[in-house]
Amino acid sequence: MQSTDRWLGLAMALLAAAVMWSARAFPAVPGQKLGAGFLPMLVGAGLLVCGLALVWRSFGAAAYTGQDAPRAAGTEHFGSAAVIVGVILFYIAAAERLGFLIVAPICLVLVFKALRAATVPALLWAVGGTVVVHVAFYKLLRVPLPWGVLRPFY
Amino acid sequence: MDAAVTAFGLVFQPYVLTVILLSAVYGLFVGAIPGLTATMATALLVPVTFFMPPVPAVAAIVTATAMAIFSGDIPGALLRMPGTPASAAYTDEAYLLTRSGRPELALGAGLVFSVLGGIFGVMVLIVAAPALAEIALKFSSFEYFWLVMLGFTCAVFIAGRDPLKGVVSLLLGLLISCIGLENPAGAPRYTFGNVELMGGISLIPLMIGMFAVSEVLRYAVRVDKPVMAIDRPFGSVFGGMWGLLKKYPLQLFRGSVLGTAVGALPGAGADIAAWMSYAVSKKFSKEPQKFGTGHVEGIVESGAANNAALGGAWIPALVFGIPGDSITAIAIGVLYMKNMNPGPMLFVDNPQNIYAVFIVFIIAQLLMLPLGWAAIKSAKQVLRIPAGLLMPLILLFCIVGSFAINNSMFGVIVMLVAGVAAFFMERWGFPVAPTILGVVLGTMLEEHFFSSLIKADGQLLAFFERPIAGTLGALTLLLWSWPLLQRAWRRRSA
Repeated sequence: MQSTDRWLGLAMALLAAAVMWSARAFPAVPGQKLGAGFLPMLVGAGLLVCGLALVWRSFGAAAYTGQDAPRAAGTEHFGSAAVIVGVILFYIAAAERLGFLIVAPICLVLVFKALRAATVPALLWAVGGTVVVHVAFYKLLRVPLPWGVLRPFY
Repeated sequence: MDAAVTAFGLVFQPYVLTVILLSAVYGLFVGAIPGLTATMATALLVPVTFFMPPVPAVAAIVTATAMAIFSGDIPGALLRMPGTPASAAYTDEAYLLTRSGRPELALGAGLVFSVLGGIFGVMVLIVAAPALAEIALKFSSFEYFWLVMLGFTCAVFIAGRDPLKGVVSLLLGLLISCIGLENPAGAPRYTFGNVELMGGISLIPLMIGMFAVSEVLRYAVRVDKPVMAIDRPFGSVFGGMWGLLKKYPLQLFRGSVLGTAVGALPGAGADIAAWMSYAVSKKFSKEPQKFGTGHVEGIVESGAANNAALGGAWIPALVFGIPGDSITAIAIGVLYMKNMNPGPMLFVDNPQNIYAVFIVFIIAQLLMLPLGWAAIKSAKQVLRIPAGLLMPLILLFCIVGSFAINNSMFGVIVMLVAGVAAFFMERWGFPVAPTILGVVLGTMLEEHFFSSLIKADGQLLAFFERPIAGTLGALTLLLWSWPLLQRAWRRRSA
């Protein structure tokens, strides 16, 4: 955790520098010395101090890690989480073009498989889930879910 | 009086009562599934409440959260996995009671004392909120500025375990609140020429990401499988409760008071209230040696505290627009969407809506007894539903819900970024609550700072000249310098 804090502290300090640099260009409120740059400048300065404090602390005593018990290495499924992030990105990229009714079941099957579900229940739940969400949001709540290539059949 | 009658009329309608009942069942279900938190339940409800009138929308949130906080006790007692973080403080105690053959005592105490604590919190809310609103009507931008600062301070120093990381979280939240055109100079900040960013980061997709998507990601990386600690039907849930009530009245009162107070502090919610109450219970108990061996006293006190915190958290939310916890942060977003902007004027302009919220709170608490009983009785069946089947559906719901707020894919992008960020923040020990507080209150802070500065003609001392503003300011500065004072004190006495 100490080395993570060190890198995070450095990243925070860099972000702070960028925020403070950009804040100089924001205009002032008419008739006042301060303006739109004041809060970002303050936030930047605060982040800089905190980032450096994190780095400084990482060389010293053990810091609070946020976890109550250390995790054993190699016992977590990071691949599954990566698949979920990928699925959301796929939805963002493809939903408008292909349509909700095509993209949603694909996304669901991928996530079910990432969470180690058996194939047949995954397929059934994916189709059922898509229909339920479509009825709830498109039919009942009138959310314009994209039709994509299915538009001619609508 | 007219407003109270109107409020009854607003609540006792078939539509609103059906919403309350469905939200109650939904809250009980979500709370009982480990990995699905009460905050997640609220975040997932928002896209649906978006399409409701104000009273049923708020009723849905109030009811679902109260139920979820209680039903989090169920998997805690049966699987040793708290359904919501608010139950984590006494999960071991409840599980040990189940292992020793007394699951009815653990869950019955959780249910009955949740209801009693919850009713206490609501009563304080009903008495304190209008009285505070009356005072708050006289507040100027100076008082509001210091209230927001005090809220930030509480979230960082009182609610967090690592103040340094708490400050970083808060600053990141404030940075997010800077995005867009909404600032005193009306200048575009960090919009990078993107039209969507001009309006700022939409709060609801951000919350759905931080509280629901991050939870799905956390579930995905987890490998541990829970083991059910009971293989027989439940006996009487309410048996022995009267005896507990007579044995532990002080514990009930102390838990309720502490829970309400902690709930009212910005950034600190039901989970911190439960942890603090459990510690207090053990410290003042006549039998502290029994704690951690399957002893019900801590469950009585902290079970009352976590539900009392719910009512407490609504006090600053309704009166000042400052959320008492993450759930009320989401609720404030819903209030703004429904043109029920929180603040003292809400009590003047729309008292019927406020009374309606109070009535819903009471109904939710009373409904918890029969529905909670039914939830306990059916717990073994509900807990057999694998969370792995629910998580993908929740994810799809998150995506569509984030899209529905503005009918824009930008909401889904915000949700994804917020979800991944919150996932890593939790892993690296950065609390999420101060970030939410920063995002919700950033604009308010800037607005009140600049109006005060203009009124004071640039004189910073004017921020301390009004009595209440001065007191709040001094208190804030004292809390910020407390760690330094403590260190100096220790050095002196060493």
